[in-house]
Amino acid sequence: MDALLHQVLAGLATGGIYASLALALVMIYQATHLVNFAQGELAMFTTYIAWSLINAGMPYWPAFFLTVAFAFVLGVIIERVIIRPVEQAPVLAVVVVFIALLLILNSVTGWIYTYTIKTFPSPFPAQPVFGKYLSSHEFGAIAVTLVVLALLYAFFRFTPLGLAMRAAAQNPESSRLVGIRVGWMLALGWGLAAAVGAVAGMMVAPIVYLDPNMMGGVLLYAFAAALVGGIDNPGGAVIGGFLVGVLENVLGAFVIGNELKLSVALVIIIGVLLVKPSGFFGRVQVTRV
Amino acid sequence: MSRKLVGVIILLIAVACVLPFIVGNYRTFQFTLVMVYAIALLGLNILTGYNGQISLGHGAFYALGAYCAAILMDRFGVPYWATIPVAGAVCLVAGFLFGLPALRLEGLYLALATFALGVAMPQLLKYHLLEKWTGGVQGIVIMKPAPPFGLPLNPDQWLYFFTLAITLVMFILGWNLLRGRVGRALVAIRDQHIAAQAMGIHSALYKSLAFGVSAMYTGIAGALGAVAVQFVAPDSFNIFLSIVFLVGIVVGGLASISGALYGALFIQFVPNIADEISKAAPWAIFGVFMIGFVYLMPTGVAGAVRLLTARRKAP
Repeated sequence: MDALLHQVLAGLATGGIYASLALALVMIYQATHLVNFAQGELAMFTTYIAWSLINAGMPYWPAFFLTVAFAFVLGVIIERVIIRPVEQAPVLAVVVVFIALLLILNSVTGWIYTYTIKTFPSPFPAQPVFGKYLSSHEFGAIAVTLVVLALLYAFFRFTPLGLAMRAAAQNPESSRLVGIRVGWMLALGWGLAAAVGAVAGMMVAPIVYLDPNMMGGVLLYAFAAALVGGIDNPGGAVIGGFLVGVLENVLGAFVIGNELKLSVALVIIIGVLLVKPSGFFGRVQVTRV
Repeated sequence: MSRKLVGVIILLIAVACVLPFIVGNYRTFQFTLVMVYAIALLGLNILTGYNGQISLGHGAFYALGAYCAAILMDRFGVPYWATIPVAGAVCLVAGFLFGLPALRLEGLYLALATFALGVAMPQLLKYHLLEKWTGGVQGIVIMKPAPPFGLPLNPDQWLYFFTLAITLVMFILGWNLLRGRVGRALVAIRDQHIAAQAMGIHSALYKSLAFGVSAMYTGIAGALGAVAVQFVAPDSFNIFLSIVFLVGIVVGGLASISGALYGALFIQFVPNIADEISKAAPWAIFGVFMIGFVYLMPTGVAGAVRLLTARRKAP
């Protein structure tokens, strides 16, 4: 029982990270109906920026916020420069561009920082403060995820800019008619998603260590999480993230072993798509013929 | 087929027959791999180009074919030529079965599901219960086949001609499949699946069959690739392989048979060129090429060639 509880709590901690990345995916999906395959690499790249800043002697929290700001700008630039020209292109072209972005970010990071594994500091104290089940970094990661979620909710719910962004995502034509600059709203959405991804990257790096391929598995779980929650529902994505994290940990520890953990994500993705393609909290899409 | 096209094809085959006697062994090996990739890309093109189902996980079927060939040769002493139809059959069944759930998925969702398959494949191959056959992380080393009947060829040249023969057979089969009733049904489903069903096309059957046939092509390519490289290991079939296949068909040209050949040349030789431009970040250069192709040549090389010949015909 003790072991189970421990695995569940550890699952919640990694689940929080999946939830953040899933949130980033859902934000871009909502705005553009695209699934960003490069989201994980974007997070990885920005985590390396944070590593550089910290290694240059900057204290953790200023480096953290500077990195988030940098990720935001990077996201906006990528949307304006690379994604904009293929916005109206067929799905396949867009997928290829995302994949290209994934390769470029991965390769450039490996080139700048080499492929050797680096440790990444955690801002939270080393000894567990909240009982024996949860390390304080795990607890901190959950807390940070919830704070990010609350901030995003407040932003979209209570600010005029958030309202404009939601309008641009739901009905671009009408939004344009009432004077919302839809193109810029999409770019802002990309920026926010990249910023959320950066937070996820910095939270996961102390656990999986920093290397250019660290996000491959995390991205897959984030996909699974986003699908479980319904890819058009941010709250659902967060719940999905925690759910996937717990499932992954418990199944990995007790049922199938650590070797096949990634296959859990595969089974979840295909299972959800088969049984309930709109996810547990998503809207069912109805299209007119 | 126009007479000109027949001429071009005969010329191409003639050049392909002379090639291994002009270039060295390593180049011969590289061209063998080009043909292997061409078969795999033709398979992916049947699925993605003609039928419109995006697969980001075809590396998994390539791996399945490669492992079929390697296990049969290594554990059961089956001769290399006999492993290829077996690999094809296994992948046909596997692809058909994966195609059944994929029926309910479209566009990006299918891309996601197949992406997950591609990412999970190396882990499945490393799974300890299968280690008896797959050799775990170490993989399997297989012997290079010697030329039969006392032919005056070295092993590389023999393998080249063996692959060339199979490539020709697969391309003729593919061409026959795609130009007739089946090909038109696949394209109709891609373009307007409701209208296609109204015309009496069994959409579900054709879509899952397309998945099966596509996997079969890729699996045959995988088996040939394993024989050519003489080695299989889980980590050589990672997600990048699947990505490279997708890149190949987009660069070569979607829904085009010749596109598979252009794409294969691209994925075999452009990484080398990228490597020469920048030793440090070859994949970044590769990525830039990909984006460049999507922007400048959305119909791929095959589309550009078609455009050029059409322009020359109509002065």
